[in-house]
Amino acid sequence: MRIPIEQFRLDNGLLVTLSRDTTAPIVAVNLWYHVGSANERPGRTGFAHLFEHMLFQGSEHVEANEHFELIQRAGGTLNGSTWLERTNYFETVPSNQLALALWLEADRMGALLPAMTQKKLDTQRDVVMNERRWSVDNQPYGTWWEKLPEIAFPEWHPFHHSLIGSMEHLTAASLDDVEQFFRTYYTPDNAVLSIAGDFEISDARQLVEQYFGPIPRGTGKPPLENMDLPAKLGATIRRVVEDEVNLSRLYMAFRSPVFGSDEYYAASVCGAVLGMRRGSRLYRSLVREKQIAADASAFTFDLSKGADLLIVDVTARPGISPEQLEEEVEREIDRIVDEEVTADEIERAVALIETDMATALQTASERADRLSMYATLLGDAGLINIQSDRYRSVTAEHVSQFAADRLGDDNRAKLLYVPRSGDGAGDTEMLVGVATS
Amino acid sequence: MTAAVRPQPGLPREYHFPRFERRMLENGMSVIVAPVRKLPVVSVVAVVDVTAVDDPTGFEGIAELTAQALREGTHKRDGVRLALDLEKRGTSVEAGADWDSTLVSMTVLKHQLESAFGIFCEVLTSPAFREEDIERLKAERIAERMQLLAEPRGLADEEFSRFIYAEGSRYAEPMSGSARSVAAITRHEVVEFYESRYAPEAVTLIIAGDVSAAEGQRLAESMLAGWSGERAPVTRRADKVERTARSVEIISRPDAAQSEIRIGHVGVPRSHPDYFDIVVMNAVLGGLFSSRINLNLREQHGYTYGASSYFDWRRQAGPMVISTAVQSEVTGEAISESLNEIERMRSDEISEDELTLATSYLEGVFPIRYETTASIASALANLVIFELPEDYYDTYRGRISSVTTAGVLKAAKSHVRSEELQVLTVGNPEIIEAPVRALGIGEVIVRDPVES
Repeated sequence: MRIPIEQFRLDNGLLVTLSRDTTAPIVAVNLWYHVGSANERPGRTGFAHLFEHMLFQGSEHVEANEHFELIQRAGGTLNGSTWLERTNYFETVPSNQLALALWLEADRMGALLPAMTQKKLDTQRDVVMNERRWSVDNQPYGTWWEKLPEIAFPEWHPFHHSLIGSMEHLTAASLDDVEQFFRTYYTPDNAVLSIAGDFEISDARQLVEQYFGPIPRGTGKPPLENMDLPAKLGATIRRVVEDEVNLSRLYMAFRSPVFGSDEYYAASVCGAVLGMRRGSRLYRSLVREKQIAADASAFTFDLSKGADLLIVDVTARPGISPEQLEEEVEREIDRIVDEEVTADEIERAVALIETDMATALQTASERADRLSMYATLLGDAGLINIQSDRYRSVTAEHVSQFAADRLGDDNRAKLLYVPRSGDGAGDTEMLVGVATS
Repeated sequence: MTAAVRPQPGLPREYHFPRFERRMLENGMSVIVAPVRKLPVVSVVAVVDVTAVDDPTGFEGIAELTAQALREGTHKRDGVRLALDLEKRGTSVEAGADWDSTLVSMTVLKHQLESAFGIFCEVLTSPAFREEDIERLKAERIAERMQLLAEPRGLADEEFSRFIYAEGSRYAEPMSGSARSVAAITRHEVVEFYESRYAPEAVTLIIAGDVSAAEGQRLAESMLAGWSGERAPVTRRADKVERTARSVEIISRPDAAQSEIRIGHVGVPRSHPDYFDIVVMNAVLGGLFSSRINLNLREQHGYTYGASSYFDWRRQAGPMVISTAVQSEVTGEAISESLNEIERMRSDEISEDELTLATSYLEGVFPIRYETTASIASALANLVIFELPEDYYDTYRGRISSVTTAGVLKAAKSHVRSEELQVLTVGNPEIIEAPVRALGIGEVIVRDPVES
């Protein structure tokens, strides 16, 4: 199964990828800016995401919130999201509204700053603080998003700090920060524009040239700090968190090969062998057989620089102590380190991954997003068409080798959530062995 | 630098919801096949006319438990074998019961369809319901109940249903049952429930995706025509409305970082003739990002990450709800602003501009909703569940565009009854109780969550 792809670059550096499919009169427009929380300066955690909110507050020719209104009035859907390495913005519209979506994206890439005001920043800061309360502070286990990277990456590393940001840092964000961030990162040469769905290639090219062509190239963004890390943590790190929860939960992160590398596919399949669906090892052993867990899963974070994380996430059954949960999960991890993975397990994992990829590509929006992802992180949108082959070439030996190399007790970051005991103690941390990074 | 002139849309290209063919097997099972040629993907859904509303009193949750237990093994394969045999084919079978149906579903790549479908049919027609699996599922459900008590959003939704429906209404109880009602269920009840309710005449099988109508019908015929059985008659419990005078409940969570707010009352059944007027009215009130409630609470005041309203459409009258989560300190203001928006909706006609925003949005996103085989199958399932006409999806956009500002006002006046609105918030009473009382909107009760 291959989807057609055309790629070209404008003079200002904007990389454009097009994939045509005329099954339905729908077209998706998707922009990835190669900037995320990793690019934030010290004292400004959460800024990349707050900035994403500001992109819906209007631009030179667009009023605040009008972007939303115009797209919805056109019969389209839209949103944006921020991750460690990127920020994306996307619309899916009826195909006769392609020009509108492109014009709106170009107006905010080319001329955001005239629309920025202190009042808008203050309101969006309040909105984002409420987003933090909603998704992190008022959710059981909600802080895992920031606590797990905190122990899996060293303090100096750009993946270490919180993506949603601290209340203190959000409060400190200023209009000057908005201007500086925009000029540095929201430039055509730091972005990928993908269009997928029902359009004529020549029309799309012409519209892209017309709207994005006049936007000047950036003056160069500062290089990221060296992101390289030792392949392993060098120790087992363990943090215990008391939270408003009734059941204990263990998150375990292992540093693993970066997204898109040859070894990444073995890590990804290993995650599926361990924790994808009900036939996976953790589910069978902990949920079904021993019945000590209510749920179990494993997945990769898909980070492309420094180190990726393979994450295991298991929630205890009522009556199971945190220690017992931890011991049983570690027993399963030790087992995959010590014993060979079978060809049947690989077949199951790869078959599930392949179906997921195919079903995802049914929507124009997902096609466009993946084109942008491969182009932004790995420099080639065409990689979307070889993913099945990459997964199919993973063998049991690869996965066993990966597990032996990376899942040992010299590469485990454990975050254990336990029901609050009432003595008001903060997190407790323990280092087992010596950390070298 | 960028063009000041906004582009105008070109001519829209036509779109039709996928054609489908409906037939009946000799054993009374209906089969709908919708060929969709795009990617080699096929979705299969069995819509079973077994609902949580049918749960016998005292055994609430049995419809859901029975649906889940289907996936735990057949007479031929135990649960592990079943999961592995499906997953090796790149798929798994999902099953669950809600207020209006039980759905058993699967999405699979075309080259695995035939063999995976065989296993799918085994799940539907030959479940083993092993004792140990039933007991494990019950324990998992009890764990879920414990999780819910720690999760403010789910807790608020559930407590709100308990609040607005009268005791004895099935809708007042959790859809998947309480810890007590689930504990009362044994293998015996599950087997009996399955045998008396699951039968060919209670099932519509839907196949959507990369198959021809003939292929789909042949597949269904070859694997399911031999299934027999009749279902016992079912008496459905009716919902009963609870409070008609405005009142307020505060569910106490002293450590809450935010207040979850729910405002609403019992709505109307899906079959109501005002359905399209209500859908458009709701889009303007709180159904879109650019709706009145979201723009007010989020974009004007910064009280929240998001605020919305919805009618939960069921065969019987489901809830009408305004739902948001706000900073604790502004709980009173957020409730008051929401009530103001409801009043505004009921007192004046909306502008032509607001009307067209809602109608053109709903018309435009229609094809975007049906890009996947799973979403097409689910749309067809709704035809069956709500007994909608065959041409429902062909006429949908026309019916949306014929809604008027007068129709919207009438829908707001008849279906949002401001004097009956109930308000519930899950939050820290120390911060929110006084300001909520000060609103003077009705009796205020502060209580702990119901542990059930």
